[in-house]
Amino acid sequence: MNKELIKELKVSAIENGTVIDHIPAQSVFQVVRILNLEKFDTQILIGANLDSQKYGKKGILKLSNRFFEKDEINKIALVAPTATLIVIKDFQIIEKRQVEIPGQVSKIVNCVNPNCITNHETITTKFVVIDKDDLKLQCNYCEKITVRESISFV
Amino acid sequence: MKNRSLISISDFTREESLRILDLAEEFEKQPTQNILDGFVIATLFFEPSTRTRLSFESAVNRLGGKVIGFSDASSSSVQKGESLHDTIKTVSNYCDLIVMRHPREGSARYASQVASVPIINAGDGANQHPTQCLLDMYSIRKTQGRLDNLHIAFVGDLKYGRTVHSLVIAMSLHNTTFHLVSPAELKLPSSVKMHIKNKNLQYRQYTDLNEVIPLADIIYMTRIQKERFSDPIEYERVKNAYILNNTMLCKAKPGMKVLHPLPRVNEISTDVDDSSSAYYFQQALNGVYVRQALVATILGVK
Ligand SMILES: [Zn+2]
Repeated sequence: MNKELIKELKVSAIENGTVIDHIPAQSVFQVVRILNLEKFDTQILIGANLDSQKYGKKGILKLSNRFFEKDEINKIALVAPTATLIVIKDFQIIEKRQVEIPGQVSKIVNCVNPNCITNHETITTKFVVIDKDDLKLQCNYCEKITVRESISFV
Repeated sequence: MKNRSLISISDFTREESLRILDLAEEFEKQPTQNILDGFVIATLFFEPSTRTRLSFESAVNRLGGKVIGFSDASSSSVQKGESLHDTIKTVSNYCDLIVMRHPREGSARYASQVASVPIINAGDGANQHPTQCLLDMYSIRKTQGRLDNLHIAFVGDLKYGRTVHSLVIAMSLHNTTFHLVSPAELKLPSSVKMHIKNKNLQYRQYTDLNEVIPLADIIYMTRIQKERFSDPIEYERVKNAYILNNTMLCKAKPGMKVLHPLPRVNEISTDVDDSSSAYYFQQALNGVYVRQALVATILGVK
């Protein structure tokens, strides 16, 4: 990516909204899907494969006039544990924090168990996060554990 | 506990399970009582299990309740493609309690969220079978005089055996020492082992059945099914390694009892049946009392 575009992205600061920075490069579009950004009608800037001093390559999202509940934004921690959330009001950063893996996950993840009822009827999946470090999700229905390597998103 | 569903044995606290066992003792003394007069219980068996279904129906009938339902999915609207959601919604209108068996894991939990009446899980795929668990606990307490501080050996298919999963979880509340005997392919899943570890209890895994016989107060046998193996050669190799016969029992503790959720195929030789260690047929009878206690408690008549 050329320097000019990075600059442009940096300068296109938003007046009000949310910036999600330090997204692992390969996860940007997954984050877009998890947050259902396709349905947004406000301005969205998506930066992918940008150079990052810390991570090599990174992604960034700038979402004008969008603010998220903690539970909603924390869902992205499953694919982007390094992401930083920056909340902006009147061009000022009013909050900056790391996303956290939530205690419960619903809707966005499929159960790994092919014989789980959630894979056979229209049921919203629900998991309890039983291990945040290794990322282990226990299905509320079949009680089987889905681990990081086998997570697939709805 | 009135109006509560029983899906997984961990839905009950230690005290709640004990309360059911105590009540089951009362029903053992007096199994015929007219306390469910006017109640309708549905038994929905989306996969057949004659033994479990008859045990529930016997329990309800002896208490004067009425039973409706079906004994396998082919004779019901499920055959016509009706969803579990719709079947449960509909049947909820016709009864006070639903007992269900279903081939998919998680089906009973889902049903309990959809139904307007309580659900008793009579087996959901390879996941849970809590009423079998309660009758196993009842049998253990009856034969050993206590539930606490026992050495229990689980033998056979520990991976898919749902009766094993439920009983391990339940017994982890009773300071049990676990001896887990299985082929490498069929070890206890980590989601179940977690309950043992959380309580810091002793457990050991074995591949040789002979090693645990002198250690155990209870030997809980299960069937190893061919279809559970990805490699048929592996099945042929292990299929005879987990068969208990009378000669092997000479090293057992005097009060040791052999349990089995039944039906057995060949994993317990028939020469064990007449030994003082055999308890699996009495174990099945205990199921009626435990199910009477459970149904009466959930319907609020006891
Ligand atoms: Zn599941």
